[in-house]
Amino acid sequence: MTEPVLSVRNVSRKFGALIASNNVSLDLRPGEIHALIGPNGAGKSTLIKQIAGGLRPDSGEVHFLGRDVTALSTVQRARMGLGRTFQISALAMEDTVLQNAMLGALGAGRRPYRFFRPVLKDRDLREVAETALDRVGLLDHAAIRTSDLSHGQRRQLEVAVALTLKPRAFIMDEPMAGLGASGSKRLTGFLDELRHEAPILLVEHDMDAVFALADRISVLVYGEVIATGTVEDIRNHAEVRRAYLGEDA
Amino acid sequence: MSRETIFNAVLALGLLLFPLWAYVADEPFMITLATRVAILALAGVGLNIALGLGGLVSLGHAAFFGIGGYAMGILAHHAQSYTPLMEVPFLIEGTKSMPVIWLVALAASALAALVIGALSLRTSGVYFIMITLAFGQMLFYFAISWPAYGGEDGLSIYVRNSFPGLNTLDPIQFFLIAYVILAAALMFAAMLAKSPFGLALNAARQTAERVETIGITPYRLRLTAFVISGAITGLAGALFADLNRFVSPSMFSWQTSGEIMIFIILGGVARLFGPVAGAALFIALEHVLGGLSEFWHIYLGLLLLAVVLYARGGIIGTLAGREVAHD
Ligand SMILES: Nc1ncnc2c1ncn2[C@@H]1O[C@H](COP(=O)(O)OP(=O)(O)OP(=O)(O)O)[C@@H](O)[C@H]1O
Ligand SMILES: [Mg+2]
Repeated sequence: MTEPVLSVRNVSRKFGALIASNNVSLDLRPGEIHALIGPNGAGKSTLIKQIAGGLRPDSGEVHFLGRDVTALSTVQRARMGLGRTFQISALAMEDTVLQNAMLGALGAGRRPYRFFRPVLKDRDLREVAETALDRVGLLDHAAIRTSDLSHGQRRQLEVAVALTLKPRAFIMDEPMAGLGASGSKRLTGFLDELRHEAPILLVEHDMDAVFALADRISVLVYGEVIATGTVEDIRNHAEVRRAYLGEDA
Repeated sequence: MSRETIFNAVLALGLLLFPLWAYVADEPFMITLATRVAILALAGVGLNIALGLGGLVSLGHAAFFGIGGYAMGILAHHAQSYTPLMEVPFLIEGTKSMPVIWLVALAASALAALVIGALSLRTSGVYFIMITLAFGQMLFYFAISWPAYGGEDGLSIYVRNSFPGLNTLDPIQFFLIAYVILAAALMFAAMLAKSPFGLALNAARQTAERVETIGITPYRLRLTAFVISGAITGLAGALFADLNRFVSPSMFSWQTSGEIMIFIILGGVARLFGPVAGAALFIALEHVLGGLSEFWHIYLGLLLLAVVLYARGGIIGTLAGREVAHD
């Protein structure tokens, strides 16, 4: 079997008495969408922070592209090719949509220390940015100030910025939130294709999207992975139905 | 053309025409006032790169202003007393040449900004404000306790420094030097804001986490901005000392840091011409109100209060409206 692109190994993290990650292990294989689901406050975003670099685990390791990255910074992991989107949009709200996408392209190009030519006149960066905006359906909004976008559109822009990095793995924290029915359907179709460019670790509450997309699903409850398996496995998993899908088994 | 561009053009033209009028009307003091505006605006253009673009609230920019001032004072002092600055390990002599003094002022204040920035930028928010303030105060007391260069009394320079081909003692010619440098700094600042670096720095101000996630280190962006910012304010310090033919520890005082920041807040934070509008208003108030009462700072305080409470965008924000998103 092929090596996983990303693997989380026995990661634990406490906030005071609260165990936000409890010995979590999961991996992301080439070409797959691995969905991470779980109730509010289960520790999904906290796990993502530990994968992306914003938060150090108390114990355990994160491996990316065959390398132990647990001690690396967010910047180093991003440069290795980890493309992350945020649950709460982290965008330059005063800037235009195009500028945000160009920022991603600038980071990917690794040459931000240029002081003289207007960045918007840089054809190469602009092309990368516009292609990414076009792919998520935001090109028409390129000139709009980001704070004027709807919440759903901000999620799309988050995805577009991640695309500009041409990452080796995507980590997406609830990209569908606030998109509305037609928006989520569109993004679902898009992610379905995107997995062939790089695998996606997808945190999502929209179960229709999860069941339509996921190759595998992990269920996180109180910081602990209570099940990992295919869509069928998870649908039929008694503990999951009780704990998460809210059914009396 | 946006309203802001028109306002900027009017301001730039006004700052040029006012001293030309004063020259024709034989009012040399008015030329000196305009020169003060240009030089203090230059100091503000420097701070605005850190504050406006980078979101770095430095309350210690007097450090760089003072270093520029003392670079001029020390070099000119040795030149006028015919004593070398140092002899070992190699000979360094003083100079009265403005271009050389400017280069030294730029380099010295950039170096100081590198050291101060490298330490201060590890903190943020109110700690950053306090640390930059502390560095400024350290240099202030250092200057006071350095008798070789005048200590508390400062240094007087008898004759203004020279610039090839110009008579710098002629107020209008010295004004033009300051004006051209200010114009060059404004052009540089405008370019910087639109450059790849400016985009990244401005994004790091708004969301540092995002900038990290795309593989750029905010700390390095900020340190670079801080060095550029300090160097420009340092150059202004050298010109300011030359204008007064005098440099003293007060250039290092926290009041000086505060005043440079006030120019920006009055004019409009992050607005290209904010420091120019702010410095012009400040000097005008000082001249008019200062003539009426020595407590004119009370009125300045009220004005500042009004701007902060009701007109966050300063003069330019009020007259030119919300900044348009860049094309
Ligand atoms: N920095 C922190 N300090 C203390 N507690 C924290 C911190 N970050 C998260 N928590 C807590 O850890 C738990 C897990 O939070 P997390 O945001 O990871 O949940 P989540 O699964 O992403 O939830 P949601 O579906 O609502 O996004 C919550 O109880 C939260 O309050
Ligand atoms: Mg979350």
